[in-house]
Amino acid sequence: MSVPTTSRPPSRPRLGVFKFASCDGCQLTLLDCEDELLGIADALEIAHFLEASGDPAPGPYDLSLVEGSVSTPEHVERLRRIRAESRHLVTIGACATAGGVQALRNYADVGEYLAAVYARPDYIETLATSTPISAHVPVDFELRGCPIDRGQLVEVITAFLAGRKPGIPNHAVCFACKRRGNVCVTVAHGTPCLGPVTHAGCGALCPTYGRGCYGCFGPAGTTNLPALVPLMHRDGMGDEDIDRFLHTFNVTAFTAVEEEGPG
Amino acid sequence: MNDPATRSQVLRVPALSRVEGETALHLRVHEGTVEEARLNIYEAPRFFEAFLRGRSHTEPPDLTSRICGICPIAYQLSACRALEDVCGVVVDGQLAALRRLLYCGEWIESQTLHIHLLHAPDFLGHDDVIGMSRFHPAHVERGLRLKQTGNAVVELLGGRAIHPVNVRLGGFHRTPTRAELRPLAERLRTALDDARDTLRWVAGFDFPDAECDADLLALTEPGTYAIESGTPAVLPYDRALPRRGFPLGDFSEHVTEEQVPHSTALHSRLDGRRHLTGSLARYALNGHLLSPTALEAAREAGLGAPPLTSETEDGRPGEVCRNPYRSILVRAVEVLYAVEEALRIISVYERPARPYVEAPARAGIGHGATEAPRGLLYHRYALDGEGRVTDARIVPPTAQNQGAIEEDLRRLVQAGLDRGEDSEDELTRLCERAVRNHDPCISCSAHFLELDIVRTPGPV
Ligand code: SF4
Ligand code: SF4
Repeated sequence: MSVPTTSRPPSRPRLGVFKFASCDGCQLTLLDCEDELLGIADALEIAHFLEASGDPAPGPYDLSLVEGSVSTPEHVERLRRIRAESRHLVTIGACATAGGVQALRNYADVGEYLAAVYARPDYIETLATSTPISAHVPVDFELRGCPIDRGQLVEVITAFLAGRKPGIPNHAVCFACKRRGNVCVTVAHGTPCLGPVTHAGCGALCPTYGRGCYGCFGPAGTTNLPALVPLMHRDGMGDEDIDRFLHTFNVTAFTAVEEEGPG
Repeated sequence: MNDPATRSQVLRVPALSRVEGETALHLRVHEGTVEEARLNIYEAPRFFEAFLRGRSHTEPPDLTSRICGICPIAYQLSACRALEDVCGVVVDGQLAALRRLLYCGEWIESQTLHIHLLHAPDFLGHDDVIGMSRFHPAHVERGLRLKQTGNAVVELLGGRAIHPVNVRLGGFHRTPTRAELRPLAERLRTALDDARDTLRWVAGFDFPDAECDADLLALTEPGTYAIESGTPAVLPYDRALPRRGFPLGDFSEHVTEEQVPHSTALHSRLDGRRHLTGSLARYALNGHLLSPTALEAAREAGLGAPPLTSETEDGRPGEVCRNPYRSILVRAVEVLYAVEEALRIISVYERPARPYVEAPARAGIGHGATEAPRGLLYHRYALDGEGRVTDARIVPPTAQNQGAIEEDLRRLVQAGLDRGEDSEDELTRLCERAVRNHDPCISCSAHFLELDIVRTPGPV
């Protein structure tokens, strides 16, 4: 049984929300926009959003939000179809933008991983890597975070509706941390913090709660990673610890920065 | 269409929506009899248990929360409990109370999400909450408000609602002051009315008859409705068998996992039998420990007195609600309880002297389990002397419930066929409802419900 659509303009832009390998947290962020949710639903036709809505409608879509990384052969196919049907494609979150936490497998033997989790690894279809959406199709905008920030998501949707570029600054967490008036955890307590090299967006949450930033938004635009390493050594971290610290939620993104230097 | 005996074909109908994650469904119907109902979970494997190895013992709480964005607290706290168990650390007093408060926030938020955004549209005949909001705006707004209050609890204690950053081994990075909790208490008082109204609203829904014949598994904790800690207890379907329990350390001996070819989620069984965890199981095993007001509200909403309530001791047997459609009622009762519980914790809160207790690593194996909104979530870790994880095992609720969900599907579709409901649309609707009754969280095990019905012709 479906309810007839009432008095809305028939030509609202069509939104699609799609999921690949992920935890659903980034699309849940859309449902967590309680104050804006019904407004968004008014401004956009929610054509495809399996988590929230029955009756998914076929494309084309004006705006597609894509969550999750590419990690099975089926993903590669489905992603190409979605791209072909989408006017704007925005990735949401660290999985879609940088391969996510599951990209830890990219540095391991997946056969061995399969054997560790499954008694019959031969039943499972998987790729040896977990890769960002941009490794497979062109992407119009990448929203970072694990998870993404609600305010930034609303900005991306608003910018799309207004036909302008999203106003998401490229600066580091330290900037937000200073603005929030936090005491620097590295300076005051010798706590290792990835704030200087991490993209802003979380509002400097970790330092606000007394811990070091763990890099869930990936590298900031102007990152000088080598300058941070001696500080982390000073604060008691060995090379292996630093390696693990950098390679967790945005495994591949920080590796790229290490290899290519500041972007 | 109406003569299945002469049909042999595969039917495909749209993907199952309004569940977390995606999955496919496969039905085999032979001569009007459902021979097989399978939930094909093919979420891409994400290998958490594999890459946790080699990580430091402080890392699993942040890492495993990424298994599921819908119940990150459940992952964080189950991981903490298991690791603290290895380290021989007990977190108690106000720190334990704060953990329970944080968890109440997740219960309020997640159960409310399921009730209003995912499940209620089924009862009211809408495709989704957006469609429902046009006809029932007040109910939807109340749901969103309640959900926001749950999120506010998690945000205050954890920093953000999804993958909060403030949980750590031994407690928290930072504990709130009493003054910081005060505005929360105000919102929770409004939420108390909203939770009561929600329960009254769902109590008016039409519940089809159904019974789930699985054994029920939930944590139990003396004197309190188990959420963030407890010991496994089982209420067998067969009433002749006694209620039993077992130590958490023996979990893997009782709940065994089996891999099936059609799914990346492992299938579990409890002592060889189908079992169910989650709201229905918790209410059956622990309902008598709810607050008197929550119990009273449950009874008004039409749920029977749970077994072991004081009044049932003088003769009247309690009732076990096994109707999966009614799980929405139990969820609403649990939301009410979680709001009350959050208020209670805040009213007696004193900021602890230290935000956490030290949990230095030592070699060994530890077990931890908590009650995620969808049911019991178990973690086990082995550490070496340096505090490196050498082995990790995680058993999420959905993997445990999968067998019971499939059996539900089989029965409900059979009942539908017997009533002559034979069209793709009718069968899909039945299946979707059957699955959503259990609020499965597929991201935690594994993607995408496509109904695929194979009908084979009978002998002529
Ligand atoms: S980026 Fe993080 S929050 Fe978003 S889907 Fe991936 S794991 Fe979940
Ligand atoms: S605490 Fe971290 S994010 Fe904040 S200023 Fe210091 S280094 Fe930067």
